[in-house]
Amino acid sequence: MENMKKTCLHDRHEAMGALMSPFAGWHMPIQYAGIEDEHMAVRGGCGVFDVSHMGEVMVSGKDAEVFVNEIFTNDVRDMPSGKILYGMMLNADGGVIDDLLVYKIAEEKYMLVINAGNIDKDIAWIRRQAAGRDVTINDFCDATGQLAVQGPQASHVVAAQLGLDCEPLDFYTFAVYDYKGEKILVSRTGYTGEDGFEIYASPQIIVAMWDVLTASGSCAPCGLGCRDTLRFEAGLPLYGDELTELTTPLEAGLGMFVKLDKPSFIGRDALLRQKEGGLRRKLVGLELLGPGIARHGYQVLDAEGNEIGTVTTGYKSISLGKSIAMAMVDSRFAALDTRVHVQIRRKTVPAVVIKKRFYQPKYKK
Amino acid sequence: MSNTYYLQSHEYARIDGNIAYVGITKYAAGQLGNVVYVDMPEEGDDVAFGEEFGAIESVKAASDLFSPVTGTVIEPNTALVDNPRLVNEDPEANWIIKVELTEPLNLEELLTEEQYKELIK
Repeated sequence: MENMKKTCLHDRHEAMGALMSPFAGWHMPIQYAGIEDEHMAVRGGCGVFDVSHMGEVMVSGKDAEVFVNEIFTNDVRDMPSGKILYGMMLNADGGVIDDLLVYKIAEEKYMLVINAGNIDKDIAWIRRQAAGRDVTINDFCDATGQLAVQGPQASHVVAAQLGLDCEPLDFYTFAVYDYKGEKILVSRTGYTGEDGFEIYASPQIIVAMWDVLTASGSCAPCGLGCRDTLRFEAGLPLYGDELTELTTPLEAGLGMFVKLDKPSFIGRDALLRQKEGGLRRKLVGLELLGPGIARHGYQVLDAEGNEIGTVTTGYKSISLGKSIAMAMVDSRFAALDTRVHVQIRRKTVPAVVIKKRFYQPKYKK
Repeated sequence: MSNTYYLQSHEYARIDGNIAYVGITKYAAGQLGNVVYVDMPEEGDDVAFGEEFGAIESVKAASDLFSPVTGTVIEPNTALVDNPRLVNEDPEANWIIKVELTEPLNLEELLTEEQYKELIK
């Protein structure tokens, strides 16, 4: 474990008895009370996650808008300060380098929030693309901690426990607040399918907030285990599972976050060609019709036993009780109600294609 | 003298004459967390010492099950189909398969209770 990176809350996790495990190069809490209990706490009340492993990069300068728009699939033109967009960074072939959030901090200033496991790769890529442009790339991952407070009670909890009145924030917007004399950033975002907030602050402030929240009894400490089961039920992709450099956002069903009408961005030509030629693979939802759980990497088969795809994530859904999965399949098998099979060890288990938003998210619009 | 033997992969076989009750140990159940699914063979299937006979799954992951004995399954514990968490409640009472032995126990490789306790210390 010596080579693992640690967040500012690492000692708290160990002291509070979390089950710890390596994740994307970090030594992270997988669970506290148990994945199911934490999952239900977020669905029904409130939970807090340490997501300080996520990376933050500031892009600023005269060319910032043009530059961000060149490396990002969504469109930051006409975006007001205080707004957030989700999208992807692509390579020239349209493959996903990472999926990320872009916060417009001010004119000519954007904060990019990237996945922990991709920080080094992303920053190298961003710097390479920035060559010759009037932009400054500032990596401040290590100076920033992050908490996600998620669940239908999240707004109440941050008000009551942290004194932050975040209720006025719309979904996918943020504001700067004062907390114990420090400026912190709070956005109405998350990765659970529930209402909630993500808080960016210095490590000291993040630790102080964690202590207040977990001592309050109104907010369950949560690990990455339930973060995955929650995002999965809401149909949200995870980089490494649904998204890779060999997957395009169109195949992953994320076309609404790709603005092909922008004049230019890296990967655009490849996506246009793919769209014109028709998608050969699509990400679908599956419900298993027999016993078993379809896990990442399991094969999806047609009625004759030919391989037609691969499971990207699968669980026995905690909220729904059903055995469901996301899978990247041959697009001829992607229509709703199509019957397929999943190879689970020695058995082939029948499954049916369903919508991959298994759980209807309850965002505050 | 104990009549229960173990594999290093944390399966036990409780021997009663020519019958073995096979399950996972209390230690393994604790490590796994809540069991959400048990994949087990059917009545009449053969199992062989050291070979996979099914899997036990927590929310997070699937773990293969290996057989400590060689024989024929005479009863899978179907109560675990609807209520897999019985394994967490009492893994020793809630065995996974009942096997009729067709070969003598592999005492060279099986761990005794004492040796298993040493392993998980």
